[in-house]
Amino acid sequence: MSDTLLTIDGLSAGTEDKPILHNVSLSVSSGETHVLMGPNGAGKSTLGHVIMGDPAYQVSGGSIYFDGQDITELAPDKRSLAGIFLSYQAPVEVPGVPLYSFLRTICQMRPELKTTARKFRQRVNEICEQLSLPDSFLTRELNVGFSGGEKKKIEMLQLLLLRPKLAILDETDSGLDVDALSIVSRGIEAYRKDCDGALIVITHNTRILERLDVDRAHVMVHGHLVADGPASLIDEIDAEGFGRFEAAIEGGAQ
Amino acid sequence: MSETTERKRSEVADVDRSLYDFVMSEEGYERYADGLTPDIVRAISEKKDEPAWMLEMRLKALDVFHEMRMADNWGPDTSGLDMDHISTYVSPKTKQARDWDDVPEDIKTTFERLGIPEAERESLAGVGAQYDSEIVYHNMREEVAEQGVIYTTIEDALHDPQWEPVVHQYFGKLIPMRDHKFAALHYAVWSGGSFVYVPEGVTLSYPLQSYFRLNASGAGQFEHTLIIVEPGADLHFIEGCSAPKYYEANLHAGAVELYVKDHARLRYSTIENWSKNMYNLNTKRATVGADSRMEWVSGSFGSHVSYLYPTTILQGARSTCEFTGITFAGATQDLDTGCKVILNGADTTASVDTKSISKDGGVNTFRSSVVIGAKAERARATVSCSSLMLDDISRSDTIPAMDVRCGSASVGHEATIGRISDDTILYLMSRGCSEAEARTMVVNGFANPVSKELPLEYAVISRRRRFRTSTCRPRRPGTTCASTRFPSRSRRPSPKARSSRACRASSTRSRPASAPKPPHGSWPRRVTPATSRSRPA
Repeated sequence: MSDTLLTIDGLSAGTEDKPILHNVSLSVSSGETHVLMGPNGAGKSTLGHVIMGDPAYQVSGGSIYFDGQDITELAPDKRSLAGIFLSYQAPVEVPGVPLYSFLRTICQMRPELKTTARKFRQRVNEICEQLSLPDSFLTRELNVGFSGGEKKKIEMLQLLLLRPKLAILDETDSGLDVDALSIVSRGIEAYRKDCDGALIVITHNTRILERLDVDRAHVMVHGHLVADGPASLIDEIDAEGFGRFEAAIEGGAQ
Repeated sequence: MSETTERKRSEVADVDRSLYDFVMSEEGYERYADGLTPDIVRAISEKKDEPAWMLEMRLKALDVFHEMRMADNWGPDTSGLDMDHISTYVSPKTKQARDWDDVPEDIKTTFERLGIPEAERESLAGVGAQYDSEIVYHNMREEVAEQGVIYTTIEDALHDPQWEPVVHQYFGKLIPMRDHKFAALHYAVWSGGSFVYVPEGVTLSYPLQSYFRLNASGAGQFEHTLIIVEPGADLHFIEGCSAPKYYEANLHAGAVELYVKDHARLRYSTIENWSKNMYNLNTKRATVGADSRMEWVSGSFGSHVSYLYPTTILQGARSTCEFTGITFAGATQDLDTGCKVILNGADTTASVDTKSISKDGGVNTFRSSVVIGAKAERARATVSCSSLMLDDISRSDTIPAMDVRCGSASVGHEATIGRISDDTILYLMSRGCSEAEARTMVVNGFANPVSKELPLEYAVISRRRRFRTSTCRPRRPGTTCASTRFPSRSRRPSPKARSSRACRASSTRSRPASAPKPPHGSWPRRVTPATSRSRPA
């Protein structure tokens, strides 16, 4: 059995009237950490959403394989159950749905996570402690009235509960203060350690990467993956910006 | 979308009607001729052996009915309602019983299927059950009667020399017969309903419930509910209604007059499950004394057309009105609901919180009217209404009106109209919920803050719950949101919950409700503001 968890092959996708991703190929092995960087509007979040199966985007070419299965046409819930998790940049508020019962629902629907109410409670409490989330959050409505940082912590809480094989973190670090960032980083670390999960981190900020061993960095510009390399690529971008890559793709387009 | 998913999706928030759609034979019933004549009115009055003043009132109301025009430019279409084809009086051949065993078998079966006797045994202080035009069962627990509480039919109260003057004093005073055409109709042919009198200082720890069942096809139900809550008294009254489905139009034009004296409290809960051939043109009104509290809880799930705007007149200083309502409109339903609050006393407060859900082409219109009188110093009113449309063919309008005549008063209005956002569905699906589960979750979450107030545990639901557990049917939203426990009267949303709802409203794509943009074309007859209607006396 291959070690490769996610294989994206020649993927092109976009909205009804606008192509966004062009011929993207990427593969992630179990337990690896990949970083996806690129200027604003390059299509990084779109790639995350397409991997999750967001119906707002249509795949016009290529394929996505996950865990040996072609998931290109699969609905998001099936992808989630297969082990893909997307942490949203701006998690939506769902009024009237209590956070705790939501967590219980999404865990109980997975045979591998089904457990007793007491054990579940214990697990949730552990994670809440890890993430410095007060108990009172659990009785509140899902994401309703939470600050940006709190919403990101709730995403981490779900990540640690669901133990996916692959987590895509879409700018999970954006808008976080120093303390929140370090808590979220600890959460990601815990996910890597406890679940041996693979990661695709979409970010503008290298700070969140400090605690992570990055296996591979990718650069996306105008919907193309234009470069990939070892972790050192991140430092290079940090120092020099995306100018070089942008120039290359613009040159190539002419 | 696969076919199975479509089917599942259509189940979202659907009200299970199988419970109400059964018909009993009308054989041997006394049924008066269709249409409306002085002879029919006299016959009803004579059958009830009424005092002369009541017959006089009926005949006068009949004149008013013929004289008044149908309100046009107002609300849903009622052209399918033809009074010449409605029988105003249908009576089962039975006397009113105090024991279910004395109720004729088919009628008893009806109420058993609706769960009434069971709810009575478990959690009610008294029950009245009306079948077509007459109350067939009325009973109250001994201990409640010993406290001096009266819970009977208006007819019986009229035959009692002690209560006849009381009925005379209050009947038809809060809702005048000239209020609107169907109020006049009501007073001409009213039959059945309940008379409740709670003496000073008496608190009922269990609710009273009246259940109205319209079994006959092409008939009308015109019950009159008159409740007097004396100073310092406290009552929870529940009304439930249902009917089987027919292809002919049925009419419900009841009247509810509620008198809440000083330092008193009344909670009036309604679960309305009329069938989809029903024109529900009901009028409800309460007048509230000083330091008193009026609570309305209203669940409107049935009927073809509803016009329903319970009105509260906060007459006494520091009195409070709280209105909590949920309306569900499915295919072929056009439900025009809302409420009206008139704040006359100083330091009075009103809060209105409603939700509506429309699907399969259902139409919901929410109207609110808040009138703050010139002497209502420091009065405060807040109105919050949210609507959810589950598809592109359904419709939801919000028409609030506020008339403030006092400088120190404050009013607030907040409205949201929306659909289930794709982002929300994606979010829930990406955590493993199927699309149907995600939609159900959103709809339940939307309705929950209001629907948990509904007294479903006393009404038909107790029956249904038992049925469900035995067959493991999936939970249906919109019908089963209540908990099994006895609702404490203080189960109000916490201030926290309120503020979180406010946050939610601002984050939803909302638009000012004063000018709701119709999703499909425009219906000019709906732009009439709620204030243009004649005000209650």
